[in-house]
Amino acid sequence: MAYLAQIIALIRKELRAILKDPSSRALLFAPALMQALLFGYGATYDLTHAPYAVLDQSRSEASTEITARLDGTGVFTRIATLDNTSQIAPQIDSGVALLVLQFQPDFADRLAGGATAPVQVILDGRNSSTAGLASAYVSSIVAGYNADQGTATPLTIVSRAWFNPNFESRWNLMPALIASLSMLQTLMLAALSVAREREQGTFDQLLVTPLTPTQILIGKALPSIIVGLLQSTIIFLIIRYWFQIPMSGQVWLMYLGLVTFTTAAVGLGLSISAVALTMQQAMLYTFILIMPLMLLSGLLTPVRNMPKVLQWATHANPLRFGIDLVRRVYIEGARFSDIAFDFVPMLVIAALTLPLAAWLFRHRLG
Amino acid sequence: MTGITITAKDLRKTFGTPGKDEAVALDGLSLTIREGELTALVGPDGAGKTTLMRLFAGLLKPQAGSLSVLGIDVLAHPQAVQDRISYMPQRFGLYEDLSVQENLDLYADLHGVPMEQRRERFARMLQMTDLARFTDRPAGKLSGGMKQKLGLACTLVRSPDLLLLDEPSVGVDPLSRRDLWAIVQQLVEDEGLSVIVSTAYLDEAERCAKVFVMDRGRLLAEGAPEALASRARGLTLTAASPPGLPARVLQARLMDARDLVIDAVPEAGNVRFIRQPGGDEAAMQALLGDIPVTPREAELEDAFMMMLHQQEGEAQAGAVIEPAPVALSAQDDKPVIVVRDLVRKFGDFTAVASTSFDVARGEIFGLLGPNGAGKTTTFRMLCGLLPATSGHLEVAGRDLRTARAAARGRIGYVAQKFALYGNLTVRENLEFFGGAYGLGGKALRTRIAETAAQFDLDLSAPSGSLPTGYKQRLAMATGLLHQPEILFLDEPTSGIDPLARRAFWRTITGLAGTGVTIVITTHFMEEAEYCDRIAIQDQGEMLVIGTPQAVRDEAGGGARTMNDAFIAIVEQHRARRDSGQVAA
Repeated sequence: MAYLAQIIALIRKELRAILKDPSSRALLFAPALMQALLFGYGATYDLTHAPYAVLDQSRSEASTEITARLDGTGVFTRIATLDNTSQIAPQIDSGVALLVLQFQPDFADRLAGGATAPVQVILDGRNSSTAGLASAYVSSIVAGYNADQGTATPLTIVSRAWFNPNFESRWNLMPALIASLSMLQTLMLAALSVAREREQGTFDQLLVTPLTPTQILIGKALPSIIVGLLQSTIIFLIIRYWFQIPMSGQVWLMYLGLVTFTTAAVGLGLSISAVALTMQQAMLYTFILIMPLMLLSGLLTPVRNMPKVLQWATHANPLRFGIDLVRRVYIEGARFSDIAFDFVPMLVIAALTLPLAAWLFRHRLG
Repeated sequence: MTGITITAKDLRKTFGTPGKDEAVALDGLSLTIREGELTALVGPDGAGKTTLMRLFAGLLKPQAGSLSVLGIDVLAHPQAVQDRISYMPQRFGLYEDLSVQENLDLYADLHGVPMEQRRERFARMLQMTDLARFTDRPAGKLSGGMKQKLGLACTLVRSPDLLLLDEPSVGVDPLSRRDLWAIVQQLVEDEGLSVIVSTAYLDEAERCAKVFVMDRGRLLAEGAPEALASRARGLTLTAASPPGLPARVLQARLMDARDLVIDAVPEAGNVRFIRQPGGDEAAMQALLGDIPVTPREAELEDAFMMMLHQQEGEAQAGAVIEPAPVALSAQDDKPVIVVRDLVRKFGDFTAVASTSFDVARGEIFGLLGPNGAGKTTTFRMLCGLLPATSGHLEVAGRDLRTARAAARGRIGYVAQKFALYGNLTVRENLEFFGGAYGLGGKALRTRIAETAAQFDLDLSAPSGSLPTGYKQRLAMATGLLHQPEILFLDEPTSGIDPLARRAFWRTITGLAGTGVTIVITTHFMEEAEYCDRIAIQDQGEMLVIGTPQAVRDEAGGGARTMNDAFIAIVEQHRARRDSGQVAA
């Protein structure tokens, strides 16, 4: 009872210290809000109004029809109609057009003659993923034309994407933010919490009280976890209700995962904090750690694509499993049995870092 | 040649926003400083000394008033003034990773000192500061005193017309302080340099030709030290403490009689005090009883304390505290702190070499020594904040480092610089520490109300913006909230003004009277007089432990003040060690 009261006194003090200062209060929630909106609108691979140019040397019914279909999708916007081949390169080089569509002079003749009539697509490959997407679109439009003309190959492939029928990258990216954006702040908050006290000399004052290292640990960890979960909630609400991405899974399961994930992140942060002697050091360590955590998380690039060694390294990264868990619960509607494995590495990280931090409180000497 | 170096008229300087958090640093201050003299600015914290120095150096602009330095209007032409003066701020910007020589070179480059002048100037500076042996050592590895001397040398790489020194001796041990002043005085005598120095030490001000006493942005008095001291003439007395009555108890008794006594301070087993002019003779007689009283020479400090007390008036700075009684445990005759052969090493550096001592219940035990002497290391080991490399350590019967948490509940701790949560209010700080010590509910509320009243604290004030003296009180309040048996205080009087220091010691004396054991570190040597016993450390070694009287005896006859005794003991020790090394 007294044990709990002491922890509550510490938690109350921590929350007061975090929330009292208007600037730090704003810093807790404004970036989460802003970044969620920025990611939602800004970070997208989807093609809309992709600029393209046409060099139609065939001037035939077929070429006009295909171009019209391209214009009709809403995906492409024609920005130039070219007269000769020498105009192609400047369009691509300058980045004005993402692709140039060229119909050879003999296009219509070959088509009429029943031969294959190539449509040349010149793409700006500097942005490979966008170019790939654009090329796929053009192919599908040409294939559609072929089908309508009855000149299609007898076999057509119809693909249907599950979970994200329109392949919107936002659907893939945004749920991952529920874990990753809040981690940035949670890690920093935890990393600064002990370092700040050490720097200001209050940590000694804390150590001479009857509080045990475990009590200090709980008192330091819980406020950071609470703040982290609040941030996740803000991002979750924006995704669900502002961007209206439908949630397939159960909210409680996602939160169970988030609690585990945030605890692991706070464990990392507190360990950094217990090692660092100044706030500057703590901040530096956090920045050094954040980059690999993000890169090896599967947030932007699939873990599958990484070399084996790095794939192994991702097991030490709570973010990898946090993202996986949230994505799968949110988009797939995964059940506990589907994602149980995600909990294991996160729990292991928490079980190692939290006691380490507590031990360091007393044994890290200035 | 006695020209005028500085003329200031009606200087006013405020910080912050008017009507909101405006702080007046200088309030219509006028003064004239003569050339070729050593001039001191003295005053408590917040008197405006540093602000005035920075105005002289053209680093700040006043809101009103005029200021002429070396005949130049510094407000209009700060650069012209800066070309001719040298200014050493409180924290001089030494480059810690550069060696002593590289620091000197750098500052000579910055000031554009011609190469041919450098060699002669450097040689002189290194000889005066006694740093010639350490030219290759990184500045960061020098002791506090040596750093300050190097700072002075860097300030003086060129020959200025005016030297400004802002509290050059803060945090510097008595030996280095003495050296520093020897250099400054030599410069004034040899080169006729004008020097203005701000200081909190009145024995330093006494060496100056002229002293300006400042308080809260105004000038209280000016004059030669002797002239100022004479203001207290006829009022200064010494009461000889009878055997069995500690000087601090007598001092406390005198301090409490505010109608009769302006100020009292223990010294050399006796109590120096200043009578209230026109105080009731009969009451005075009753107060002192048969304690013998002898008149003594009035000193600058007496006059200074008188002026400050007059300024304070009825609004007494020091809340005098009647501490709540402490529950004493049974084993009363056993020492509460036992230290045997305590050693602490950092790598191959020995911070504390084999140290042993006991502290009895209700004793005030002082750890004294210059920076880096090992007192803070010893202190941190006692509190359980640092493990000992070897040796035995017992506080209230346990080693706090390995003891169960509850044992720590029996000690109180006041950290250096009064570490508190600055963005919380006074009440929130007290609530947190009370909670951490297991107080709660009604008991906690009662204790908070009691301590707040004791220390005259405003519970709703944000603790970060409290003046230093109040920060110290809050730190004391948090340390005493849970009524500990032992109170540890790490340099609790650094940076607070003389009146607050008197009030602080009055509190400590009261606490010791109720059986609380006090362990305290300080670099104010005269504060040793309040202690029952003191330990002096230097370079990790325990030089002497004993009552202030015993320590003075150890130092030999000439040592009247603890400052002198300290210098004598450290020098004897260093001489013995050096000769020992030669013999070996």
